[in-house]
Amino acid sequence: MSQGVLAIAEQVDGVFRKVTYEALSEGKRIAGSLGCDLTAVVLGSDVENISKGLGKYGADRILVADNTALKEYMTDAYTNVIADIIGKENPAVVILGATAVQGRDLSASLSARLNAPLAMECVEIRVENDKLIATRPMYGGKIMSEVALEGKPRIVATRPNAMAVAESAGAGSIEQLDVDTGKTVLQFVEKKMETGKIELTEADVVVSGGRGMGGSDYSVVEKLAELLGGAVGASRSAVDEGWRPHSDQVGQTGKVVSPNLYIASGISGAIQHLAGMSSSKVIVAINKDSEAPIFSKADFGIVGDLFEVLPLVTEEIKKLKG
Amino acid sequence: MEIVVLLKQVPATESIVRIADDGVSIKTDDIKWVINPYDELAVEEALRIKEAQGGKVTILSVGTDKTVEAIRTALAMGADEGVLINDPQTQGCDALGIARILAAVLKDIPYDLIIAGQRAVDDDNYQVGTAVAEFLSIPNISMVIKEEIADGKIKCHRSIEGGTVVLEAPLPVLFTTQRGLNEPRYASLPGIMKAKKKPLDTKTLADIGLDSSKVGDAITKINVMQLPPEREGGRIVEGETAQEKVTELVRALHEEAKVI
Ligand SMILES: Cc1cc2nc3c(=O)[nH]c(=O)nc-3n(C[C@H](O)[C@H](O)[C@H](O)COP(=O)(O)OP(=O)(O)OC[C@H]3O[C@@H](n4cnc5c(N)ncnc54)[C@H](O)[C@@H]3O)c2cc1C
Ligand SMILES: Nc1ncnc2c1ncn2[C@@H]1O[C@H](COP(=O)(O)O)[C@@H](O)[C@H]1O
Repeated sequence: MSQGVLAIAEQVDGVFRKVTYEALSEGKRIAGSLGCDLTAVVLGSDVENISKGLGKYGADRILVADNTALKEYMTDAYTNVIADIIGKENPAVVILGATAVQGRDLSASLSARLNAPLAMECVEIRVENDKLIATRPMYGGKIMSEVALEGKPRIVATRPNAMAVAESAGAGSIEQLDVDTGKTVLQFVEKKMETGKIELTEADVVVSGGRGMGGSDYSVVEKLAELLGGAVGASRSAVDEGWRPHSDQVGQTGKVVSPNLYIASGISGAIQHLAGMSSSKVIVAINKDSEAPIFSKADFGIVGDLFEVLPLVTEEIKKLKG
Repeated sequence: MEIVVLLKQVPATESIVRIADDGVSIKTDDIKWVINPYDELAVEEALRIKEAQGGKVTILSVGTDKTVEAIRTALAMGADEGVLINDPQTQGCDALGIARILAAVLKDIPYDLIIAGQRAVDDDNYQVGTAVAEFLSIPNISMVIKEEIADGKIKCHRSIEGGTVVLEAPLPVLFTTQRGLNEPRYASLPGIMKAKKKPLDTKTLADIGLDSSKVGDAITKINVMQLPPEREGGRIVEGETAQEKVTELVRALHEEAKVI
């Protein structure tokens, strides 16, 4: 296992996803234990300029496939191009971020195309002798499994926010690739982005509101989230009530988040909700019922009315930040 | 319109999961089994398309004797037929192994559309649907929250981080479901009665022409399962007034936990 680590960078409209830096940093670490180089590959349109920056996260070589046909992520075109690159580069390990836009889809499709083992949503990766061993959550995080990958290349998709970003200098030499998108059938029609919204799975702080919000007015939650540069989450009950969009749902059948700080307000702490947030570093619960199960998982709990407590928290943090 | 739904039976999400003595599987004695929630969305969407356009909905699953219940539930919701691959050799399969079996069965089932869940909430692999599409060389669109079919084409709204993308492809297509696509119906009493008479075909790997000695060779293999570290929660921040509690909380978050 020594022909190198290939990290697939993910950019959306010319901006790299945070998880790309995490995957590169982790890729560099793996390359270090294998004694090989880290090669980053960037697909997109007008991406050469941004690609240079990847050297900072350990990329020794940066392969850039700049092509208008690659502007938007499309499973077929991206799979064709990257499968070709993997064929030429013959890496031992392929690493990428397990995102919903691209990473999960692309890794699954590459794995099938190349008959390559895949560990999805890894939170830890280690090299042991000739083996690559990844730790990944199953059963909505109620179980952590260690999986061994056999075959080539070994594909690891890292869960957003799980791996530390580490800067380490790589040569960062850029190589332009001439690529062929091959046979494709998927047609891009349009993309609608909500501007300025911080992605839940990448946020350092998540402030969530549950059924205790009592309605769709989330302003007390939003104000605190904004002050902390965080994202707003919700329980499934709140989503089912129509107070928040599905994309805000945290839990076993929603998003799994692991921010530094998770503030659950008006959320009882059902097992399906806990599955989505219990890997957060610090959990704060605000609930008026002192018996709510969420308190047994929270590092800090306040028994009280969230409409009274949250604005006070916001004020107090404002004072702190001066 | 011939629609095939890939359906997996999984432990209900409220289950407390315990690790079995072999260390690589879970104890199943007191687990309640249900249709994977994302596959329930797939069944519902298939039924809605059939209701609008006519056609047939086939439920396809790789499972065990128990899986018959899940398939019957889908038939009671309104699906027309079920196919169950039930073979002990499938136990050792990884996601690619399962996808290969499903793709092999799909060589003998006509389809215009295949619908799968984005993930099964037991292994959380996010893999089988996409892999099946790849093995069948048909387009795959994942995380779909809305679809429209017209003139032999499907247009899918796919949920991505921070927005949605709309993609189009000629049928046949495989798409995977995301919450928001629909609200699955409950099986009605007449539906449950009718389901008992609907065809449910059970097959082994040999029946579908696969060499069962090879199918279980996983390349992604579970070494060991562990429980995540227990969270030691439970510190209630005390105070006479809400303000006092909050002052102490913010101090602790800043000075002790250092997260703000
Ligand atoms: C198949 C399946 C999948 C599921 N997936 C998910 C999932 O992914 N995510 C998820 O979250 N749930 C999921 N659930 C639902 C889950 O079981 C719970 O029903 C849900 O999490 C409860 O949401 P809640 O805590 O907001 O509501 P509740 O349980 O109703 O709790 C509301 C809480 O708010 C408190 N409260 C009320 N008013 C105030 C106030 N003014 N101030 C402070 N506290 C207040 C109450 O004391 C209570 O504890 C799933 C369920 C199923 C069956
Ligand atoms: N054993 C199975 N039988 C039928 N379909 C399956 C099976 N396993 C997975 N699938 C389908 O593939 C989707 C994704 O599963 P997974 O890749 O295991 O997370 C599920 O939602 C199902 O639609």
